[in-house]
Amino acid sequence: MKVLVPVKRVVDYNVKVRAKSDESGPDLSNAKMAINPFCEIAIEEAVRIKEAGNAEEVIAVSVGDASSQEQLRTCLALGADRAILVETDESVEPLGVAKALKEVVYKESPDLIILGKQAIDGDANQTGQMLAAMLDLPQGTFASEVEIQDGVVQVTREIDGGLQTLSLTMPAIITTDLRLNEPRYASLPNIMKAKKKPLETLSSSDLGLDLSPRQNTLKVSPPPERAAGIMVEDIEQLVDKLKNEAKVIT
Amino acid sequence: MSILVIAEHDNLELKGATLNTISAAKEIGGDIDILVAGMDCESVADTASQIPGIGNVLLANKETYKNSLAENIGNLIVELSDGYSHIMAPATTNGKNFMPRVAAKLDVSQISDISAVISDDTFERPIYAGNCIATVQSTDSVKAITVRTTGFDACESSGGSASVNSIENDTNAGVSSFVKEEIAESDRPELTAAEVVISGGRGMQNGDNFSLLNGIADKLGAAIGASRAAVDSGFVPNDMQVGQTGKIVAPDLYIAVGISGAIQHLAGMKDSKVIVAINKDEEAPIFSVADYGLVADLFEALPELEAKL
Repeated sequence: MKVLVPVKRVVDYNVKVRAKSDESGPDLSNAKMAINPFCEIAIEEAVRIKEAGNAEEVIAVSVGDASSQEQLRTCLALGADRAILVETDESVEPLGVAKALKEVVYKESPDLIILGKQAIDGDANQTGQMLAAMLDLPQGTFASEVEIQDGVVQVTREIDGGLQTLSLTMPAIITTDLRLNEPRYASLPNIMKAKKKPLETLSSSDLGLDLSPRQNTLKVSPPPERAAGIMVEDIEQLVDKLKNEAKVIT
Repeated sequence: MSILVIAEHDNLELKGATLNTISAAKEIGGDIDILVAGMDCESVADTASQIPGIGNVLLANKETYKNSLAENIGNLIVELSDGYSHIMAPATTNGKNFMPRVAAKLDVSQISDISAVISDDTFERPIYAGNCIATVQSTDSVKAITVRTTGFDACESSGGSASVNSIENDTNAGVSSFVKEEIAESDRPELTAAEVVISGGRGMQNGDNFSLLNGIADKLGAAIGASRAAVDSGFVPNDMQVGQTGKIVAPDLYIAVGISGAIQHLAGMKDSKVIVAINKDEEAPIFSVADYGLVADLFEALPELEAKL
């Protein structure tokens, strides 16, 4: 069995991104970049499936500019066997990413595709579901548990009220939620080894894809600021303020 | 303009998130239909038909739609999409699950989690954990949209009399099946609909200590939430998570206890009307968004708060 794991290079989750003062976009100058945290969980899950003897190969794939090679090397250090970069200098919407991934799926015929449920930059939460629809495959989104049986995969999903378990035929698409696993750290020897693992680059034009955006970002502005609050001395004062000033309790 | 809103329900009740979504649809303007897809969900369709200003309620009442499997619901919406300029659903785990499938099948780029309507093709949506608000204009012929329910007030739910039309489409994709569901039983209000929310963070130290929030929640009629740190530490289940990748809440009163205020958490609660933060670290970033901050040991403050209410 082959597992394909699409990953995204994003701003590190500790960076507080601000809008540029001319509102032309987010200010990402010199921001630290990293693999999207949910994608890291996806890689970890795929590697665990391989380690449990349920898969022979884990392939990481990313759609982005040449710098995404850095995140693909991270995936290789975490246990992926090889990596593919679909290189494009454009900023690609989830619809376009799913189209590019679809071509990779045709090429590689994976049995399982595991993605992060959302990227923490655009917060769109679309790519996995879109890819599933384009391939007419079943999806188990927001997974907190994945169990592979003969030809089917059981996915426990984090839904609004609790948990839901689905059984999916394979090939299937899974998107990860945060409790699925705790990703490992790459060891130094594995980081060294990762440098020798194969990383193939395809260009989006070779794949004959039109990845042009369908949405124009007219502006990116800061969120409304909250008025400064006050510090209270004790619980008594807090309760008094909530009752008589904010009037939110009676 | 002609808008199809997908109802959020559990086959028994129409969920409030549907009403916020319809408010967003009304801001776009035009005819609004509601799709109720489920099994034995006639009462939901009936409730939906009483919402003022609705043209038709489409009722797809079939085993195929009972558990809202994304493959089946997605295909159904695609079959019904002809003639609609906008297809909208609340950005719940359910709406997030099927809507991108609809968008992909229609070859359109989805607009996720809109928090404001600027015009029929232009919307605001938070990005980067809500640290930026993007104004995006869609060039697609059909707009597939999920709605951040905290961005829109609920519309009126009674006084209307839309017709309920049964539809017979059966779009069983046959690739997924329902196994089981474990829904947390609680007498408390739903986290995303509660007027008061009290949340605990890593400062709670363990899951048992979350019971310190119970008495206060009882007195205030509050829902109980948690930060991602508390979920990550295994204190409480993920369905309690408030934040960028959990639930987005905007209650009248939000009380954050032992929560440092990571940007991912602030993204889920900073639109609350009044925010109270109780933390023993006076440098905690949560105080920067709090209307009322109290530097205190939560193990002393919580019992005192419960007693004073």
